[in-house]
Amino acid sequence: MIECKDIVKIYTNGGVETAVLKGVSFSIKKGEFVAIMGPSGSGKSTLMHILGALDTPTSGEYKLDNHDVSSLSDNELADIRRNKIGFVFQSFNLLSRATVLRNVTLPLVYAEVGADKRRPLVEKALRSAGLDEDRWSHKSNQLSGGQMQRVAIARALVNNPSIILADEPTGNLDTATGEIVLGTFQQLNRDHQHTIILITHEPYVAQHADRIIHIQDGKILSDKKNDQKRIVHSHPEL
Amino acid sequence: MKTIDIIQETYFALTVNKVRSGLTILGIVIGIGSVIAMVSIGQGAQGTIEASIQSIGSNLLIVTPGAQRGAGVQVSAGRGSAQTLTKEDADAISNQPIGITATAPEVSRRYQVTARGTNTNTQVIGTIASYPTVRNIAVEEGSFITDQNVRSLSKVAVLGPTARDDLFGQDGSAIGQSIRINKVDFKVVGVTKAKGGTGFGSQDDVIFVPLSTAQRFLAGDTYVTTISIQAQSADQMTQVQQQVTDLLLDRHHIDNPQLADFQVLNQADIVATASSVTGTFTILLGAIAGISLVVGGIGIMNMMLTTVTERTREIGLRKAIGAKRRDISLQFLAEAVMLTLLGGVFGVLLGWLLALGVSSFAGLATTVSTTAMLLAFAVSAAIGIIFGYYPARRAAGLNPIEALRYE
Repeated sequence: MIECKDIVKIYTNGGVETAVLKGVSFSIKKGEFVAIMGPSGSGKSTLMHILGALDTPTSGEYKLDNHDVSSLSDNELADIRRNKIGFVFQSFNLLSRATVLRNVTLPLVYAEVGADKRRPLVEKALRSAGLDEDRWSHKSNQLSGGQMQRVAIARALVNNPSIILADEPTGNLDTATGEIVLGTFQQLNRDHQHTIILITHEPYVAQHADRIIHIQDGKILSDKKNDQKRIVHSHPEL
Repeated sequence: MKTIDIIQETYFALTVNKVRSGLTILGIVIGIGSVIAMVSIGQGAQGTIEASIQSIGSNLLIVTPGAQRGAGVQVSAGRGSAQTLTKEDADAISNQPIGITATAPEVSRRYQVTARGTNTNTQVIGTIASYPTVRNIAVEEGSFITDQNVRSLSKVAVLGPTARDDLFGQDGSAIGQSIRINKVDFKVVGVTKAKGGTGFGSQDDVIFVPLSTAQRFLAGDTYVTTISIQAQSADQMTQVQQQVTDLLLDRHHIDNPQLADFQVLNQADIVATASSVTGTFTILLGAIAGISLVVGGIGIMNMMLTTVTERTREIGLRKAIGAKRRDISLQFLAEAVMLTLLGGVFGVLLGWLLALGVSSFAGLATTVSTTAMLLAFAVSAAIGIIFGYYPARRAAGLNPIEALRYE
C-alpha cells in the first residue's frame, strides 16, 4: 500500500546542500501499525512530510495506493492529503474557538461533502475516537489535552483515509493520558483495520506499535516486528 | 469548497474578534459615509442652483444691449450700457414665425418709492402683459398690467411681495392704495406671488408698471433694457437664438456679427455653466471624502495581514487536511470583502443620516441618489478585493510544513 524506494531528500540553504534522507526504502501494508522512531535530526520528520504528501522527495519513488506521489503539483498533493491521509499532530492544531463538531467537520468542508451527509460521518468518527457525546458541543479550548487529541484523531478519521499519520501524538500529554491515546490508536488498528504510522523519538511510545522502523542520520537502522508490544487493554474515559 | 461554507467560515472568523472587526469596518463606514454625504451635498447644491435658474423662466432667451462705443475709437462703456433696443425690436421678434411663445420687453431701473410715510429703494420694471408668461410670475391678488394699461399710459403698479411688505407692512393690504415713484403717483392694482428669495437675488423685491408709462414718465426715452423671449421648447432654443440674432443684426443694419450692439443669452447656457461649476464642486468634495475611503481600505489590509500572521498555524492545518491554495485565498478574500461590504451598508446609512442632518440643521438641500449608493457598494466591494488580495495571496502561498511549525 505504501512503497518507498530510495527516497532522498536534500535541502539547499544558501548554496549548502544538506542531505536529510539518504536513500530510504520500505513498504507498509494495509492494516499495519508502524512506528517510525529516531532521535531529533534523524530525518523522521522529513520522512513524515513526504509520507503525508506535504513535501516531495528530491529523488526516489513514493507510491501510495499504487499512485506515484513523488512528483505531483501542489494542488494534486492537496487532493492526496484530502482523500487519503489523516494527520494527528503533537500540538493538536484545533481551531480553538470552534466547537468539537466544527473541528471534525472541517475536512469534509474541503472534500465538498454535502451538508446533510456530514453529521453522521462526524458522529461516527467521534465515537471511534472515544470522545463522550456530552463534549461534542464544547469549544475545543474548554477540553483537556487528552480530549483535544481525541478530537484531532476524530478529525483525522472523518474522511476515512488510507493512512493515519500521527506525529509525536503524546508529546504534549502526561504519561497516563498518552497511554490512553496510544490505546485509542491500537483499538482503531485492531477493530477498524486502520493503517497507522506513528512518528516518535521515544522508544517507549514506539513499543505500542506492531512494527518499528528505526531511523538515524537519514538511513534506516533497523526495521523489524515489535516482539514486546505494549497493549493498552482498557478504553478508559478521559 | 462550497460558497455556503466560505460564508460560514468567514462569519466565524470575523466574529472571533468582534472588536477588531468592528473597528476595521468603522474605517470603511466613515469613508463610504463621507463620500455619500459629500456627494449628496454637491448634488443638492446643483439641484438648488438649477431650480433657481429655471425659476426665472423656462426656455428663456434674454436679449440685452451691447457695449456703447464711440465712433472709430475703441472706448467701451461696458456691455448693457448702450441704448440700442426698442419696443419695435421686441414686436419684430414676436412676429417671427418659428418657435417663439411670447416676448416681453422691459425697461428697468432702481428708484426710491414712497407710500404713506414709508419708503424703499427698489427695482421698477416697465413691461407689458406677456411678462408673467415669459418669466414664470403668478399674480397673488388683483391683476397684472394689461395691454390696455400699456396703450393708455395708465399709472398703475403691480407690487412684488417683498416690495409690498416694505411699503405696506407684512401682508398689508395694498390694492387700491397709491404709491409714488420718482414723484409720479401710481395706483396699486395687483400683487405677485412670492418666488422665493434664494439664488441670484430676490425676484420678489420689484414693482411692475406699464412699459409705455415707464418710458414716458420715468426713463424719458423710448429704449428698452432687456427683451425676454420664451421659446416653445428646449430643442428650439439654439435655432430661435440664431433667428433672433439674424433679425436684430438686419434691423440694426450691422453686417459683421462681431460688432453687434446687442447680445442674446441662452438660459440653457447659464444652466450648463452653473451645472459644470457645481459638478466640479461635487467631484472635489467626493475626492476629499474618497481619501478617507482609501485610508479605510488600508485599515482592512493591515488587519488582514495581522490575521494571516496570527493564523499561520491554522492555515498550515487547513492545508494539511486538504485545502488548496485557491480555498485559502478565497477564504481570506471573502473575509476582506465581507468587512468592506458591511462597512458599505453602514456607511450608506451613515451618509444618508449625515445628508439628512445637513438638510435639517444647515438648511442646505441634499440629494442622496440611488446611483451614489450602488456606486458606494461597488466601491466597497472593490476595496475589499484590492486590499484583501495581497494578504490572501500571502496566506495561500504559505508552505504547510513551515506554517505548522510556526510559533
